[in-house]
Amino acid sequence: MELVEAIVLAVLAASTPLLIAATGELVVERSGVLNLGVEGMMIVGAACGFAGAWLTGSILIGALFGIVAGTLMSLVFALMALGLAVNQVATGLALTILGVGLSGLIGAGFVGERITPAVHLFIPVLTDIPLIGRVLFGEDGFVYVSITLIIAVWWFLYRTRAGLILRACGDNHVSAHALGYPVLRIRTFAVMFGGACAGLAGAYLPLAYTPFFIPGMTAGRGWIALALVVFSSWRPGRLVVGAYLFGAVTILQLHAQGWGVGIPSQFMSALPYLATVIVLVLLSRARTGGSTAPAALGTVFVPDR
Amino acid sequence: MQLVLEKRAERSGAIALVSPMIAIGLTIVTMVILFAILGKNPLLALHAYFIAPLTDGYSLQEIAVKATPLVMIAIGLSLCYLANAWNIGAEGQFLIGAVAGSWIAVKTQGTDAGAWVLPAMLVLAAAAGALYALIPAICKVKFGASEILTSLMLVYVAELFLDYLVRGPWRDPHGFNFPTTAEFDPVATVPLLIEGGRLHLGSIIALLVVAAAAILLGRSIKGFEIRVVGAAPRAARFGGFNANQLIILTFAVSGALAGLAGIIEVAGPVGHLQPGISPGYGFTAIIVAFLGRLNPLGILIAGLFLALTFIGGEQAQIAMKIPLDVTKVFQGILLFYVLACDSLILYRFKLVFPNRQVAHGAG
Repeated sequence: MELVEAIVLAVLAASTPLLIAATGELVVERSGVLNLGVEGMMIVGAACGFAGAWLTGSILIGALFGIVAGTLMSLVFALMALGLAVNQVATGLALTILGVGLSGLIGAGFVGERITPAVHLFIPVLTDIPLIGRVLFGEDGFVYVSITLIIAVWWFLYRTRAGLILRACGDNHVSAHALGYPVLRIRTFAVMFGGACAGLAGAYLPLAYTPFFIPGMTAGRGWIALALVVFSSWRPGRLVVGAYLFGAVTILQLHAQGWGVGIPSQFMSALPYLATVIVLVLLSRARTGGSTAPAALGTVFVPDR
Repeated sequence: MQLVLEKRAERSGAIALVSPMIAIGLTIVTMVILFAILGKNPLLALHAYFIAPLTDGYSLQEIAVKATPLVMIAIGLSLCYLANAWNIGAEGQFLIGAVAGSWIAVKTQGTDAGAWVLPAMLVLAAAAGALYALIPAICKVKFGASEILTSLMLVYVAELFLDYLVRGPWRDPHGFNFPTTAEFDPVATVPLLIEGGRLHLGSIIALLVVAAAAILLGRSIKGFEIRVVGAAPRAARFGGFNANQLIILTFAVSGALAGLAGIIEVAGPVGHLQPGISPGYGFTAIIVAFLGRLNPLGILIAGLFLALTFIGGEQAQIAMKIPLDVTKVFQGILLFYVLACDSLILYRFKLVFPNRQVAHGAG
């Protein structure tokens, strides 16, 4: 029982950065923009988040540093892909290459330093409930933020007029423009939201997951978050399922390594990446009756005036 | 008053020619600011980056050695990108090529195997790279899975596989437990062009690849098909060109070239298989492909320039303690400026005065 609880807690912790980053990217893609730079924004968020927390001693300020860093990175993307109508795939790749370099530069002075990780919630009695107490009432703040975020995004997309307009931009930017909606401005806000989420997701890693910074610590999580958005068919509910499934794969392979299954550890470590490929194939195959992706996803839009 | 983008009637040839130069100029201005922020003398830093490596023979050879894998990979990637197929996993194909070729080198180690070893390594590496690149291509064509994500995921898988081999079955028993194979035998090594120098046969192969690509793209029907499918998919469908077939073809060719570059790097400058054989060649080659504007000759020049930044980065680290990550920042910023300047080939800026327009309309 203790073990089950430990595994569930570990799965939640491993899933949270994926969920936060993918939530942001879901909104971005729903507005019709494909930002492949999630990994770059995350890794800069991780470096800046750690720097902020180490300098001020506050996890909250660290998280804010991460959010601001991710947003600034996403503004560079918005300027290029929306302002200058540059190919979004190429711009996203450039953002990731730049992010990896920048994070190394920013984080270089902090390698080897440690901070006190984010505290976990503790409510007397509730947190002590066996089995479910710590899972429901004993997480760090990021976990609760991630769940709040995805619920808020669901509500925004499907229950508000602004969400409807955002989805319209993603499905047909020409019509949205003809109706008088500022397509590029809406998309810029979506991209900024995606950047803030990616920065927060990156900051989660050194602030709560491991209390130190190592270069390249996102290890492809940004790319997995992108795959999760495809997995979710661009729906918030399925995104939660996908994020926790991937977290579970990550944790199970770690435990399997610990149990000494006799399979080389590198093969187990490759599992999350292979799982991503397999899931992408299976899902894309299942979707024979037309794509569920936003129709204008990744296409350049230059309004004619 | 508002600055807006407007589509040009036709692409601007003049800007197409100067845009890489403008991009490099803007990057250097940005780097000067970055050096100043880091508290380094910008002029000395620029000298260490761009001038010093050009002043001695050893560094010049080293630039050619570094440019070799970059150019080979970028040529393959340019074919993919021209056909609108997004292979971004060249790093993985590079590593798998290195692994496959090394297999022959490891198995023939210490035997009296003859001169067939190196050619066999090159062929096997190219085949393995092509097969590895076919995984995302087939997933794309058969199932519609995003080739961007699958090709990238396979980079991590290749890294882990290489890591397993050099820590496990292929580890040098006399290597003091370092994760590396033994030094390759002379028959499994890419010969040097100048005795005692650094330049090796791989650079000649890279030049041949550039020439072959120039002929394929400029003079053959296949090259024409690739360009049409990428630039005008609808026209290509009407023309009866098979886009799926071209995705398979361009991925296979780019995988083969990346695999070949991988084994040449391992059997040439490195001399044995170990983790960290690539400082991100597969990703830097993406920048090379775009900076060279997907043109073989342009890629050759861009490859030499990016190689210069690697060597310059190392020299700046030694001479001025400038972190190596600055090189990556430089490369990322350069790609941004290249893409931004390229946008001006198709679009131009226009100042819009909303009020005056209204007045004009009323009059």
